Amino acid sequence: MSSLTTLEAGQAANARNKKRLTAFLFVVPLLVFILITFVAPIASMLWRSVHHPIVAELIPQTLSELQRWDGKSTPDRQTLQTFAVELHKLNAERLSGKLAEEFNRAYTGMSSVVKASARRVGRLSESQLQAEGAETLLKAHKNWEKPQLWFAIQRAGQVYTYDYYLTALDLEIHPEQGIQVREDTQIYVQLYTKTLNMALVITLLCALLGYPLAYYLSGLPENRANLLMVLVLLPFWTSLLVRTTAWIALLQTNGVINSFLLGIGVIGQPYEMLYTSFATVVAMTHILLPFMILPLYSVMRGIDPSYLRAAMSLGAKPLPAFARIYFPMTLPGLSAGALLVFIISVGYYITPALVGGTDGQMISNIIAFHMQRSNNWELAAALGSLLLGLILLLYWVYDRFVGASNIKLG
Amino acid sequence: MSKIPAYYGFWHHLGSWLLKTSSWLVLLFLILPILVIIPLSFNVEPFFSFTEGMLTLQPEAFSLRWYEAIFSDTKWTLAIKNSFLIGIFATLIATVLGTCAAVGLARDDMPARRLITALLLSPMIVPLIITAAGMFFFYSDLGLAGNYLGVIIAHAALGTPFVIITVTATLTGFDYSLARAALNLGATPLRVFFDIIMPLIRPGVISGALFAFITSFDEVVVILFMAGPQQRTIPRQMFSGLREQINPSILAIATLLILVSIALLVTIELLRRRAERLRGVERID
Repeated sequence: MSSLTTLEAGQAANARNKKRLTAFLFVVPLLVFILITFVAPIASMLWRSVHHPIVAELIPQTLSELQRWDGKSTPDRQTLQTFAVELHKLNAERLSGKLAEEFNRAYTGMSSVVKASARRVGRLSESQLQAEGAETLLKAHKNWEKPQLWFAIQRAGQVYTYDYYLTALDLEIHPEQGIQVREDTQIYVQLYTKTLNMALVITLLCALLGYPLAYYLSGLPENRANLLMVLVLLPFWTSLLVRTTAWIALLQTNGVINSFLLGIGVIGQPYEMLYTSFATVVAMTHILLPFMILPLYSVMRGIDPSYLRAAMSLGAKPLPAFARIYFPMTLPGLSAGALLVFIISVGYYITPALVGGTDGQMISNIIAFHMQRSNNWELAAALGSLLLGLILLLYWVYDRFVGASNIKLG
Repeated sequence: MSKIPAYYGFWHHLGSWLLKTSSWLVLLFLILPILVIIPLSFNVEPFFSFTEGMLTLQPEAFSLRWYEAIFSDTKWTLAIKNSFLIGIFATLIATVLGTCAAVGLARDDMPARRLITALLLSPMIVPLIITAAGMFFFYSDLGLAGNYLGVIIAHAALGTPFVIITVTATLTGFDYSLARAALNLGATPLRVFFDIIMPLIRPGVISGALFAFITSFDEVVVILFMAGPQQRTIPRQMFSGLREQINPSILAIATLLILVSIALLVTIELLRRRAERLRGVERID
């Protein structure tokens, strides 16, 4: 390199930069497309899990009054008065229902209280409220006396908040004790644990079923192996909904398996198999098994059988020879398949939703529930962000050890 | 282990017999649930199980009524039309953008290749429920929820990773001196792409396109969240059918979908052989 003049070195660097730019330009269109259509939506979801301006927009004055509240007793008359006036205004604008929903989320049971109080406040004029708004509120419901309620309102009024993450982890914030484990309902941590457990069981089942099959196929002559691979690839190419439908037909109370077992007299009455976590595990194992078999098979095809023969001719017993010589060579395929199956099953939605019943639901299903039924989008976003964090961690591991572009597609 | 050597003992024979049996059981586990659907779809009764008449092969136990039900129901015909419409447009976008990106990613002088590859493949890894939730918020704000454009764009994004993977696979070992020679001989870069690179990577492009199509064709979570009633696709219709009123017209459409997947599988397999043959020719050169 020392023989290059500065000019030549500069020219070489220029040429290299130009090549890098050309390569990059090919990627730019897709990069922009993915950033806008895929990354931005997910980023906006992450944003939503910490950004919650609705309450602050609905009752701005009450919240600013609450700033001088000591947090221990019922807020002073003036704060209650301000709130009564704002509630009156929201009632007139038909926004009190929205407020009721938000308060209910912050403090369970507040939906009806807010609605009833809004009706009562709505009957009075604004000037009347400025005089006796506080009394009207306290007469409407005794909850308005509770400092815990106002603490919850204050928290809900924060524009930037981590409270949804606390809820998603079954934690709550308490005026005195600070962050602590939620007292009433603890569902999410348990659901995450269950999801991970189910994903683990599915991954293990896939490995247990896939490994011998891949090993058997890799030892067959190529034509025959290709023929049998069709039996692996056809399910892989068949619509997910079709495969889930198949399991519904098989597992139903009066479905194929139960009628068969009844018919041959093995069981006296049909088993309840559908709408259980058993159904979720079986159907998902069936659906994800090809993702395990394909990388295993391609690794095993590349292993020269003479290694195993050499070990055995040198005196190793078959099982130790397999465990110490062959098995370690298949680890790249096994880890690739296992990680892929685990990643896919942790975030699965459709199959648990259709065959899982209440018992076989996974974390994705509760996210969908909060998106579609309870309309608690912020909590859905927080739960989704935690799941995303987990998946990205696994994806990072996968990329490090397997390489993202080595995913096998048949 | 196709042939068991003569010096193998009893345990070896038992072992290989066990391996063979268990492998066949797994193969049956994979294929039987799919095959079981096909006869059930010809059931004359509105059940998901075999009737006695079917088991004794009486002709009157079988019928095409569920197939007629599909093609006379506007909900299903609209769903079939939508699935193809959305699938085809999403595939076009995904294939063009994905192929172009794969060509760039396969070059040695691509900067930050690992990071960009991981980013571009992430739509395949991120759980669909998260993608769908994010897209629902974001696309609604842009007025793209509940119309064809939004769904097509979303499905195109989901399909691109598959195009990148398949095209990158055909590009490994690609001899760039071919492209340089053409450039030296005065071809424009565009012409080099279409006349030199494209013919060599075509099998990868087509199988990537098929993957992108099946991704869209099979996708239901994003549709559940983003599509309006006018954009209902086959899987979406099956999803609500399985949740609300289960009847064998779902089995009939499932049978048709199995035929589609068989056709795709055969096409992919033929393409793979062709790609191997093309690469084989290259090696001889």
